[in-house]
Amino acid sequence: MSILSVRDLEVTYTTQAGPLPAVRGVSFDIETGEVLGLAGESGCGKSTVVNAILRLLPAGTVVTGEVLLNGEDVLTMKAGRMRAVRWTAASVVFQGAMHALNPVQRIGDQLAEAIVLHRLSGEKEALVRVGDLLEKVGLPARRLKDYPHELSGGQKQRVMIAMAMACSPQLIIADEPTTALDVMVQAQVLKLLNDLQHELGLAMLFITHDLSVLVEVCDRLAIMYAGKIVEEGPSVPVFEQPAHPYTRALASAFPTIGDQRFRRSPSGLGGDPPQPDSVPSGCSFHPRCPLAFDACPTTLPDLYDAGELRRAACLLVAEEARTPVAP
Amino acid sequence: MGTRRYILGKVAQAVLTLAFVMVFNFFLFRVVPGDPAGLLLRGTAAFNPENVEQLRSELGLDRPLPQQFLIYLENTVTLNFGESFFLRGQDVKEVIAGRIWPTLLLVGTSTLASAAIGLVIGIYGGWRHGSRFDVGSQGFTLFVYSMPEFWFGILVLMAFAGGIGPFPALFPAGGYSTPGADLTGPAHVADVLNHLALPWFVLTIAYLGQYALIMRNSLIDVMNDDFVMTARAKGLREKEILWRHVAPNALLPTFTVILLSLGFVFGGAITIEYVFSYPGLGLLEVQAIDSKDFPLLQGLFLLFSAAVILANLTADILYSYLDPRVRAA
Amino acid sequence: MRPPETLPTYEEGPPAGVELEPGPPPEVPRNPRRIAWTRRGISARRVWKTYRKSLLGMVGLVVLIFFALVAIFAPLLADKQGLDATCPCNGTPFSPPSLEFPLGTDNFGRSVLTLTIWGSRISLMVGLFATAISMLIGSFIGILAGYRGGTSESVLMRLTDWFLVIPFLPLAIVLASVLDRSLGVIVFVIGVTSWPATARIVRAQVLSIKTRPYVERSRALGASGWHLNTRHILPNVGPLIFANTILTVAIAILSESTLAFLGLGDPLSISWGTILDFAFSAGAAYAGQWWWIVPPGLAIVFVVLAFTLCGFALDEILNPKLRKR
Repeated sequence: MSILSVRDLEVTYTTQAGPLPAVRGVSFDIETGEVLGLAGESGCGKSTVVNAILRLLPAGTVVTGEVLLNGEDVLTMKAGRMRAVRWTAASVVFQGAMHALNPVQRIGDQLAEAIVLHRLSGEKEALVRVGDLLEKVGLPARRLKDYPHELSGGQKQRVMIAMAMACSPQLIIADEPTTALDVMVQAQVLKLLNDLQHELGLAMLFITHDLSVLVEVCDRLAIMYAGKIVEEGPSVPVFEQPAHPYTRALASAFPTIGDQRFRRSPSGLGGDPPQPDSVPSGCSFHPRCPLAFDACPTTLPDLYDAGELRRAACLLVAEEARTPVAP
Repeated sequence: MGTRRYILGKVAQAVLTLAFVMVFNFFLFRVVPGDPAGLLLRGTAAFNPENVEQLRSELGLDRPLPQQFLIYLENTVTLNFGESFFLRGQDVKEVIAGRIWPTLLLVGTSTLASAAIGLVIGIYGGWRHGSRFDVGSQGFTLFVYSMPEFWFGILVLMAFAGGIGPFPALFPAGGYSTPGADLTGPAHVADVLNHLALPWFVLTIAYLGQYALIMRNSLIDVMNDDFVMTARAKGLREKEILWRHVAPNALLPTFTVILLSLGFVFGGAITIEYVFSYPGLGLLEVQAIDSKDFPLLQGLFLLFSAAVILANLTADILYSYLDPRVRAA
Repeated sequence: MRPPETLPTYEEGPPAGVELEPGPPPEVPRNPRRIAWTRRGISARRVWKTYRKSLLGMVGLVVLIFFALVAIFAPLLADKQGLDATCPCNGTPFSPPSLEFPLGTDNFGRSVLTLTIWGSRISLMVGLFATAISMLIGSFIGILAGYRGGTSESVLMRLTDWFLVIPFLPLAIVLASVLDRSLGVIVFVIGVTSWPATARIVRAQVLSIKTRPYVERSRALGASGWHLNTRHILPNVGPLIFANTILTVAIAILSESTLAFLGLGDPLSISWGTILDFAFSAGAAYAGQWWWIVPPGLAIVFVVLAFTLCGFALDEILNPKLRKR
C-alpha cells in the first residue's frame, strides 16, 4: 500500500474576487521509501497540494478528491484524528530560513512541543530526544537553548528538518526547503535530506521549481502546470528526455553566458504561467508552447503513456503512442 | 551581557530625557512674553507695582539668567519647589505628597484593568477578525475613542451618582471617602472603593478601546506569519496556537505602543479627577490652574513627566525580557 | 545532465496566443512638469475611486460635510443674538427641551441648540488651525531629519522623542496658563504639542523615499536639495501627510474641548468645550440637566468619529503596509 495516495485532488480557493481553482485534478502515489519530486513555476499549485495533504488550507477552501495517508482519507477525517495524524504520519519541512520558527521561543522548546504533543515522551525526556535530533542534522545538542535569530539560514533549515523528524513520520514533505538559501548551503541541506532519507527509509515529497535539484534527490518526478500534472516518470529519463514541451523548457533553464536567447527569456519560454482564474482552454500550455498546433486550444489532453512508467499530458505524445484522443 | 548593556543604555536615555524636561521646565516660565510676576498677579487684588517687584525678587527673577538656572537646578534636585500660592504657606512638595496616593490608586488600578481587558478583546477580535464580535468591538472602540473622556465622566456622574431617568443613584458624587465618617479597616476600604468606582470605571473604559485596537491589528499581522503554519502542521489545537504562539508574538509591538499612551492616561486622570472631585494630583492640577499657582504647576509638570519617563523605562526593560531578539542587539 | 537538443526561440515572433495591445499609444503631454501633474491627477482620481468604495470612509465624509455646512451657515441656522446672555429671545434658564427650545436652555436661558450650532465654528476652526501648525512643524522637521541624515537627524529625532515623552495635557496646561487666555494661544499650544507624532511618520517615509532609484538618479544629475525635496520627496510624502493630517484634526478637536473644559479656553468664545465648561461649573451634572451636557458632547463625538473614519479610510488606501487587512 502506498504511503500517500492522491486521487483527483481539486482545490478551489474562495476569494473576494470569486473562486480561484488552484489545483484542477491531480493524482499521484508515493510508495514507502520513495522520493517523489513535484516541480513547476510559481502559481502552478504545488504548494497548494502540500497544504491539502495535511489539511492546512484556509477555511472556506473547496477541496474534492481523495488524499489517502496510510489508507485513511485525510479529507474526511474528524478534526481530532487530523491533529493526531499531523506530524506523526506525515510532516512538512517548510522554508525555514525566514519565519517558519517562532521568534520568541527557544528552538529546543519548539522541537519538544511536537514530541510532547503527540505523547511520544514526557517533557524531560523530550529534551533528550531533541538533543539527539539536533545531532542527527549536524547541529550540536546544546543549541537547543538558542533562539531562532541566533541561527543562520542553513542552521534554521536543519532545525526544520530535525523538527520534521521529531515524531518519526513515514512521509516527509519538503516544501521548497532550499529555495531561500545560498548555493553552498543548499548543497549541504540537500545532502542532509538525501542521507536521512536513505538512512531512515523515509518516503519524501520534494517540492521545488528547480529541476536540477530534484534530479539529484528524487526517484520520480511530477511536473505541474496550471494546477495539473503534465508529466511524470522516473527522474533521470524525464529530465534528460522530456516528453512534454514544458518540461523541456524547464529542464533547459541553464543559462549559457553570451547566448542572446537567454538574455531575452531565460527559461527559453515567452510569457508567464497563467493565473489560476484565467487558464487557457484546451491544453493550458498551448499559448506558450512552441510546438502547439491546431488541436491544442480545443482539446484537453489526458496523461498519455510516454514510455516506461512515464506519462505526459501532450497531444503530440498521444500521437506518437497512437493513443486515440477524445475530442 | 547584552541585557545589561541594553538596560544601562535605556537608563542613560531616561536620565537624559529627564534632564531635558528639567531644562525645558525652567525656560518655560522665563521665555514667556511679558513679566512672569506680573502675569501671576494680574487679575488678583494684589496687583500693584510694589507687589510685583516683591514677587520678582522672591522668585529670583531679578538675577541674571545663568544664576537663576543654577538656583533652579539646585532647588529641583532637592525637591524644593517653593511655596504654593493656592495653599498659602505650604511647601509644594508636601502638597503634592498629600495627593499622590489617590491618583496612584486610580491610575494604577484602571491602567491594569484597561490593559488586561483591552488586550483580551483585541486578541479575540483579531483571531476572529471579521466576526460580529470583532466588528462590534471595533465599533465600540471607535466610538469611545471619539468621546472626550471628561464628557463620558459627566454622563456617568449624572447617571449613577445623580440618578437620572432610569439610572439609579448608586454611587457617591465625588471625593475619596465619605467626609466626616471615621471608618477604619474593611469598612474604610469599602468606602474608598465605593468612591473609587465611578472614576475608575470611566478611566478604564476610556482607554481600553485603544489597547484593543492595537492588539487586534498586531495579532492579525502575526496570524499570517509562517511559524503559525508550522504550529498548525504540527497538530496543535487552534486555542493552543493562539495562546502559545500567536498572542506572545503579537504582544511585543503592542507593549511598546501601550506605553506611549501612558501620557494620555495621565491627561485623562486630570479631567476625570476634576469631574469626580477626586482629591488626587489631577484635581490638584486643575485647582492650580484656577489659582495660577505656578510653583505648584511647575512641580506637577515635572512629576507627571518624570512618571511617564519612569514608566517608559520600566516598559523598555520589561520588553527586553519578553523579546529575546532585543537583548542580542 | 545535458540540456536537450532543440530550443524554442523567439526569432519566429511571439508564440501563438500572445497578443499585443490594439490601437495607437495613449496621448501623453510633452512638458515634464505637465507629465508629473497629469500623473498626479490620475492617481488622485484613482484614490478617490477607491475611497468611494469604502462605506465607513463615505459615512465619515458625509458627516464632515454636514458639520462643515452647519459651521459655515450658522448665521442662517440659528440667530446670533441667541448667544447673548441678555437677549430677550432667551427662555427660562435650565429648562428641558421643548418645542420652542428643542435642546433646552442653559443657565442664562439661551437655547442650547443655538449654542451648539455656533460652537461648531470655534471648535472646528481651532482644530484645523492647530493641525495646520502641527503639520507644518512636523513635516518640516520630519523632512529635514530624513533628508539630512547624520547628526542633524539624530539630534532632531532625539528632540522629537523627548517631546513625545512629555505628557500632553500637563504640558498644554502649563503653556496655556502661562500665556493669555485666547483662541490664538489655544491654537498655538495644541499645534506646538502635537507635531512630534507627525515628524516621526514623515521622517520614516522620507527615509524610504530617499533610497529610491529616481531620487538617487536625480542627485547624480546634480539636483539641489531644494529641487529634490520639492519635486521628488514632498509629492511622495504628501499623501501620507494628508492622511495623517485628518487624524490629527480629530485629536486637535478633542484637545481643544479638553483645554476649554478645564477653563483654559477663551472665556468670551463659544465652543463645544466652553459650553461643557459652563455647564459643569454651573452644576448641570448634579442637577441632571442632561440637555445641556449631551448635545455639545455628542457633536464632538460625531465630528471626531467622522474625521477618524476618513483618516483611516485614506490611510488604508495610501499606506501600502495596511492594505492586506
